[in-house]
Amino acid sequence: MSDILVSEQSAPGPGGSGRPSGRLLEVDDLRVEFRTRDGVAKVINGVTYHVDAGETLAVLGESGSGKSVTAQTIMGILDTPPGFVTGGQVRFHGKDMLRMSSEERRRIRGEGIAMIFQDALSALNPVFTVGFQIAEQFRVRRGLGRAEAKKRAIEMLDQVKIPNAKSRFNNYPHQFSGGMRQRAMIAMSLALDPEVLIADEPTTALDVTVQAQIMDLLAELQRERHMGMILITHDLGVVADVADRIAVMYAGRIVEEADVYDLYAKPAHPYTIGLIDSIPRMDEKGQQLRTIKGLPPNLMNIPPGCPFNPRCPMAQPVCREKVPPLLQVGNARASACHFAEELVNRD
Amino acid sequence: MTENIIEVRDLVKHYPVTQGVVFKKTVGQVKAVDGVSFGLRAGETLGVVGESGCGKSTLARVLMNLEKPTAGSVVYKGQDISKLSGGALRRLRRQIQLVMQDPYTSLNPRMTVGDLIGEPFEIHPEVAPKGSRRNKVKELLDLVGLNPEHINRYPHQFSGGQRQRIGIARALALRPEIIVCDEPVSALDVSIQAQVMNLLEQLQAEFGLSYVFIAHDLSVVRHLSDRVAVMYLGKIVEIGTEDEIYERPTHPYTQALLSAVPVPDPTQRHHKTIIRLTGDVPSPISPPSGCRFRTRCWKAQDVCAEKVPLLEVRQGSDHPSACHFAEKREIVATHEV
Repeated sequence: MSDILVSEQSAPGPGGSGRPSGRLLEVDDLRVEFRTRDGVAKVINGVTYHVDAGETLAVLGESGSGKSVTAQTIMGILDTPPGFVTGGQVRFHGKDMLRMSSEERRRIRGEGIAMIFQDALSALNPVFTVGFQIAEQFRVRRGLGRAEAKKRAIEMLDQVKIPNAKSRFNNYPHQFSGGMRQRAMIAMSLALDPEVLIADEPTTALDVTVQAQIMDLLAELQRERHMGMILITHDLGVVADVADRIAVMYAGRIVEEADVYDLYAKPAHPYTIGLIDSIPRMDEKGQQLRTIKGLPPNLMNIPPGCPFNPRCPMAQPVCREKVPPLLQVGNARASACHFAEELVNRD
Repeated sequence: MTENIIEVRDLVKHYPVTQGVVFKKTVGQVKAVDGVSFGLRAGETLGVVGESGCGKSTLARVLMNLEKPTAGSVVYKGQDISKLSGGALRRLRRQIQLVMQDPYTSLNPRMTVGDLIGEPFEIHPEVAPKGSRRNKVKELLDLVGLNPEHINRYPHQFSGGQRQRIGIARALALRPEIIVCDEPVSALDVSIQAQVMNLLEQLQAEFGLSYVFIAHDLSVVRHLSDRVAVMYLGKIVEIGTEDEIYERPTHPYTQALLSAVPVPDPTQRHHKTIIRLTGDVPSPISPPSGCRFRTRCWKAQDVCAEKVPLLEVRQGSDHPSACHFAEKREIVATHEV
């Protein structure tokens, strides 16, 4: 798992290159804004990341950082209005999905890229049985008959380790516990064997023991199917357990991208440093929690220069004037900080 | 050791499950809290951890006297709080305050911050005479790290973390001895969560508060607590000091819970003890006989189905654990920093 980066041809660099690169899924300089009555909120301001087959990219950020909106844009489920894509590309196998017909996009959804959500109860349809909702895909997308579709759906339920899959087929979502619902949703998203799975906070609503079960299941299914996975989360613990690479988002930008080991060992952006220092750790005694002062910016009024500068302990005059681009620092990692070099080279 | 200011003895809270509309027939009991005993010492933080449905919030409600216990007692300085009424109850309420989880729904959206924080003084005018109230509120705002000039703002004008600070200011208004915190930081982002945790610690040092700190996040609980109680299906399965629970857990459930917590350090990925529980928590309406954890426990024997294990200190351990086969096992490799 850890040698993914070594095998990579190129390191993450500044976005906007625009040329196909043989990657599975690429987000390139994506920009999204929400036009509301109160003004325009710039939710995504040039996000670039990619995921290849078999690897897990974790997108880490706090609420409002734009991590979920990026995923919604990839899936083509952004609410428009108020959300509008104002620039950039989302390339799947090198083809820009934002310029495809809705028919083409529909074919990619489910078979190419699938998504699971945080709240399985509201993501599942309450008036159909869980089995029907899974079997439906085989019938509509694969043209299978009722009996064959049911058989395949039961196989899927089995694969996500729902006990007594056969009898559970006829249950409604409310008859499932939280963890089982999440399993059912995973079964549904994997039914058409997607190449990329986007998991948006898949375990946030679950208890720790169930969270561990679900993360194990996701990791196992990913390995078996050699899927690319984008794991969207705010939890630095979950990320440390499963991710290969991490992209840290703040105010609609990626502020740092690095291999998981590098990122925890030596974060190269003051925001990442702040995040890591502010989590209480169960394995440390007498730890002092350092905090990030202040609040994330209002997306309708992002401060000039580096969006993190009002909260940054290292801020200099240049940070208030120039937006730092996401530049490569050291080996195969990137940071959007004017002082990234110094951070990487510190002891 | 200092004396307990709250003593909880064999506390039971059952909620009836009814059927029918007119003649509500009781068909069962949700055994939310089912025989819980512990003491809270002055100036300490007692963490209560457990998964959803284990009864930790019900425990908070009974401690606050918002629910009458079905059986057992909560004794505050020699008085059984569930038997108090009128003036005595009002005086007691000054001493025990609550901070709730959701800063978005626990504040009345139509009241200004000044009114919200000042409201306790209406009920307890002896704490702050009318003329001095606005100043008191401003002091409280300053104390919790909010701008006192924002006294006329409404809750929606604040962020989640700031709203939680308003909730804390309100709980502090009457200078209580005990604050029951029910998941106070679980709705907040990590960077904000740390700010609120530090605030809680600082206030405790300043006012000598005792906290009952209820949370599902074991890392947060370890950071703040002096002692920790682990709950499962309405019972305490293990209780001890922070070190005893995190470094020398003896109950299988505690061990499983600790091993499931992701540690924010990728280098530990392959060096961790992993205990994966199967299945879900059983229904509290009909909990398993004997030990409630036996249906998910890898150590379960026949005796576990027959005999309820008592919460007591067993051989080879230094703190009470409710398991017939309690045995020390290191799960979290703790290091000092």
